[in-house]
Amino acid sequence: MNTEKVVFAFFILLALTFNFGFVLGDIDNPAHHNVYELYAALVVSLIATVMKFGDRTHVGAVLLATSLVADLQLIMAAVVWGYAVNFSETGLDAAMMASIVSLSAGALLSNITSVVLLILETMMVRH
Amino acid sequence: MGHVFYLLLRRLRTPIITIIVVYSVSVLGFVLIPGVDDQGNPWRMDFFHAFYFVSFMGSTIGFGEIPYPFTAGQRAWTIIMIYATVIGWLYSIGKIFSLFQDHSFIRLMKRNTFARRVKVIQEPFYLICGYGYTGKRLVNRLDEQGIQTVVLDASQSAIDELDAHEVGLAVPGLCADAADPDTLNIAGIRRENCIGVIALTNDDHTNLGVSIDSKLVNPERRVISRSESAGTTANLASFGTDCIIDPFESFAEHLVKSIKEPYKHIISDLIFNPHHKVLASPHQDTSGRWVVCGYGRFGRSIDRLFKENDIPVTFIEVDPSQRGAPVGTILGVGTEEETLRKADIESATGIVAGTPDDADNLSIIITARNIKPDIITVARQNLSANKPMFRAAHVNLIMEPVRIIADEIFIRISTPLLMDFLELLKKEEDLWARELLLRISAVVEDHPLEAWAYTVNQKDCPAIHDSLANDKVVKLGNLCRDPRKREDELRAFPLLLKRGEESMLLPDPNMELRENDEILVCGQHAAQLFMNWVTYDYNVLRYIRTGVEAPGGMLWQWMSSVRKKRRRWLAANNGDPE
Repeated sequence: MNTEKVVFAFFILLALTFNFGFVLGDIDNPAHHNVYELYAALVVSLIATVMKFGDRTHVGAVLLATSLVADLQLIMAAVVWGYAVNFSETGLDAAMMASIVSLSAGALLSNITSVVLLILETMMVRH
Repeated sequence: MGHVFYLLLRRLRTPIITIIVVYSVSVLGFVLIPGVDDQGNPWRMDFFHAFYFVSFMGSTIGFGEIPYPFTAGQRAWTIIMIYATVIGWLYSIGKIFSLFQDHSFIRLMKRNTFARRVKVIQEPFYLICGYGYTGKRLVNRLDEQGIQTVVLDASQSAIDELDAHEVGLAVPGLCADAADPDTLNIAGIRRENCIGVIALTNDDHTNLGVSIDSKLVNPERRVISRSESAGTTANLASFGTDCIIDPFESFAEHLVKSIKEPYKHIISDLIFNPHHKVLASPHQDTSGRWVVCGYGRFGRSIDRLFKENDIPVTFIEVDPSQRGAPVGTILGVGTEEETLRKADIESATGIVAGTPDDADNLSIIITARNIKPDIITVARQNLSANKPMFRAAHVNLIMEPVRIIADEIFIRISTPLLMDFLELLKKEEDLWARELLLRISAVVEDHPLEAWAYTVNQKDCPAIHDSLANDKVVKLGNLCRDPRKREDELRAFPLLLKRGEESMLLPDPNMELRENDEILVCGQHAAQLFMNWVTYDYNVLRYIRTGVEAPGGMLWQWMSSVRKKRRRWLAANNGDPE
């Protein structure tokens, strides 16, 4: 067993689960989506990205790309949330919530790709 | 580049994760810890404000407690997080700086820069392994001709010197072992436009490695290698190395040539080194016995060649038995009067100071001259830096092995036809060489002698090519006419004309040129510029051929042809040209 692989897989999976947990619920209902969960998803996703740095294999490069996409989506979601709470006149209404959730749903898709790739790579290793 | 970038990312993984963790914990803390607003109501920071606060706290800019003054709990958390973030940043920045000072990283960066610089070279280039005195001189001379080079050397100081040296073209240099195939690879040995590989390192084994690698990649490509032993020379020759230069052997050859055939030697010396302005007058009597100090690899070559040419010689050597010096060798360095007298210096014609130590060589020359003032002195100069001392000693003939090799390689690269000329020169009498030398001196006067070559074809001499294609006669002598006034001769004359397998020394100026003729010309540098004009510009060549300055532009050509037709028509009708 390789500790590095454990940590690596842990963060990639955790990014997906947090992301999934946040997206779950009615898309425009603020009560269904927790801000801490989005925060956790973003932080874990950032860490997962950095962990993929420096891998020169082809799979490593694609994993890094999917992670960067997830980061981008989550950061946009967070920015929209911050805008809704602090600047928008209407506050965190249903429309705002819907766009936040749809952005993070995009990140979810990307995270799923990451995990699928990870599983595929694991299957390829015979020993 | 990709390599360095990935290394950078991999090394920075931990510092970046550290920063992310410290920041996220810090932000989360500020969001969770309860505070109060200006009215005293309970209030909690949202993520936006928390991130804002941590951003300026982490970088210790410090705008104060915003948006409302902090509670005790918030302040306690701030204290902890200030230290955490500052340490996190210090750690990360320290890591980045240490990475940039890391030797392996710097080496990798230099390698990458070198590889990139080689990759962008579009023109043909030569790969030179070994940047010692020979390499330096060769790179300089090639650079003067606008020939691109790439340099590899095992010592960083040599490469630093290359970087600091002012050369016209940017010459990429790398400190690396030239025998390493990967290094040769990034130095462009597999590139199409690498037209030659020159191995000049001090290590015969490295030279062998470089030559073999190049021949394996491309057997057609020219490989020139230095060799210091007969074994290496044989080995290099076995896989088709195009030119093998043994510094000691060529040094001895030059020496014998200068003794036996002084005029030929002066001519080849002039060709090898155009800046050699002093036309050393040939020694009057070189027929007697010679004293040679030093019987190393160099002495052995002299021994063999002197025997072949029946020149009597006495050797002086410190360690005769160890080095296998011939019987009759005098024991000693040669710097002492006693040793020289033992070698019977009074009756000798000349002395060769051929030890590997420049100070010894100078001392030998001065001591010998004290005993016999009119002795012919030949000194081996090992280091280029000692040139002024040898000049000051007024040595009759200074032999600098590193210079000889560099010049020979340069000639082979820049004007291969000159090597043909030198081969033919060997077969001629020395008296013939004397005539040629007088002619050269008359043409070049005080200027350095330049030699250059043309091949009659579309690329090299478009004007001649086009004229021949139009069935016009171009004579060899046309080349040597001044394009400004064709009655004047340029300060140059043809040395050699090569047509197929046949080579003609000093060809007749009335000879008619043919396609694919190769012409070697020597003369002043200024003459070369005018001659290039003649070979390039159709109108200039026509003026020189016919003496008529014909109109060049399409319109004028058309008008003059119309006028000519009209004149002919009038002549035909009236019998009167006007």
